[in-house]
Amino acid sequence: MIAVVNYGMGNLRSVEKAFEHLGFEARIFDDPGQTISASHLVLPGDAAFGDAMNNLRKGGWVERILDHIEAGRPFLGICVGLQLMFTESEELGRHRGLGLMSGCIKRFPPTERVPQIGWNQVRYKQSIKALEAVPDNSFFYFVHSYYVDAEESEDCVATTEYGLEYTSIAARENILGVQFHPEKSQQSGLRLLQNFASRY
Amino acid sequence: MLAKRIIPCLDVKNGRNVRGVRFSADRDAGDPVELATRYDLEKADELVFYDITASAEGRAIVQTLVEQVSECVFIPLTVGGGIRTFADMREILKSGADKVSVNSAAVHDPDIIRQGAESFGSQCIVGAIDALRKPESEGGAPSWEIYINGGRTATGIDAVEWVEKLVDHGAGELVLNSIDADGTREGYDLELNRTVANRVDVPIVASGGCGNVEHIYRVLTDGQASAALAASIFHFGDYSIPEVKYFLSERGVLVRN
Repeated sequence: MIAVVNYGMGNLRSVEKAFEHLGFEARIFDDPGQTISASHLVLPGDAAFGDAMNNLRKGGWVERILDHIEAGRPFLGICVGLQLMFTESEELGRHRGLGLMSGCIKRFPPTERVPQIGWNQVRYKQSIKALEAVPDNSFFYFVHSYYVDAEESEDCVATTEYGLEYTSIAARENILGVQFHPEKSQQSGLRLLQNFASRY
Repeated sequence: MLAKRIIPCLDVKNGRNVRGVRFSADRDAGDPVELATRYDLEKADELVFYDITASAEGRAIVQTLVEQVSECVFIPLTVGGGIRTFADMREILKSGADKVSVNSAAVHDPDIIRQGAESFGSQCIVGAIDALRKPESEGGAPSWEIYINGGRTATGIDAVEWVEKLVDHGAGELVLNSIDADGTREGYDLELNRTVANRVDVPIVASGGCGNVEHIYRVLTDGQASAALAASIFHFGDYSIPEVKYFLSERGVLVRN
């Protein structure tokens, strides 16, 4: 069972539906207690970093996520879900994240239109299971104003260019995070979700 | 690099896709779910459903459509038309839309944009305008006036000032529909797009007037738009989306193939 974390942020149904379309059992959960037996945990999110982190705390999700990861089970962060994996964010003040990886979330430079909205390419730095049968330089659908500045190069699996080159996929062992929306990225995105569900 | 987007727009009335010329004379252009599936296969970059009945019944029909389409189509969906209140916005997003496009309601109460952006994020809230070129602007610097209620009611509001306000309130993207060009198939209003693109930092989606691929090329380059919305050229089969993208990439415009 793939559990989609509902902490009141973002379009969760499309994530659930994408997994179902691929033949996996997925469900949205409001209560962290009910996800203890979940094989996979997915943290989506479209909101501001600070609000998202507050809601995770209020909902009792932080401990549940850390326990899940500690148990060696697969975790996927999508969009703000990826950003929350890092140390801190500069979005509307300074906010601490989950701290699973070292790095800071920063705003795109003023030379670019913000938010970045649309299909951009992902360039691989490492090959991981999640990217099997997804060609290098594939297009994915992005919507965001802030980007991940990862501190450790080994956490950065792929980068994307928008005014600068930034981390668009981060991974470490059972933890995976993607800045784009795989559930809105047609074949490339669905393949990535399938890899996450079946290979992790 | 970020690709330019090609977005087919389905005007939905009573559950059918229709296409009007200058907001009138509707023609039936097919079943929206069938069309959406075709555009998904052709690699449209997004889809827009526009409820032209703009009534509670119309909204319910569009909601059902979005539910059906989002079961099988994995690209972003935007819904516009008939969004009057914050509750309408929430209902549409709940049905599976990724973005909601607000037009007249924002003129009546700009706070709906702020409320939407604060609750769902700016990326969900599209500020849409219907702009008509002011006659006195011919010769001098061009200017446009905002119209509401499907282009029927003048507001006296200057379009460029208005879009800045929409962005200030939290709109994450703008759709600029030119009333002069809409349905004519004579090309987008390049000046409108360029003028707005130079005043705001959010992405611009050009709308109204597309008759051929050259028009799309012009508005994405000279017009400085990030995306081009088109209806009849796709619905009636003048061009397929791959044909449009081939034309653009041959001329050096980055598109997703």
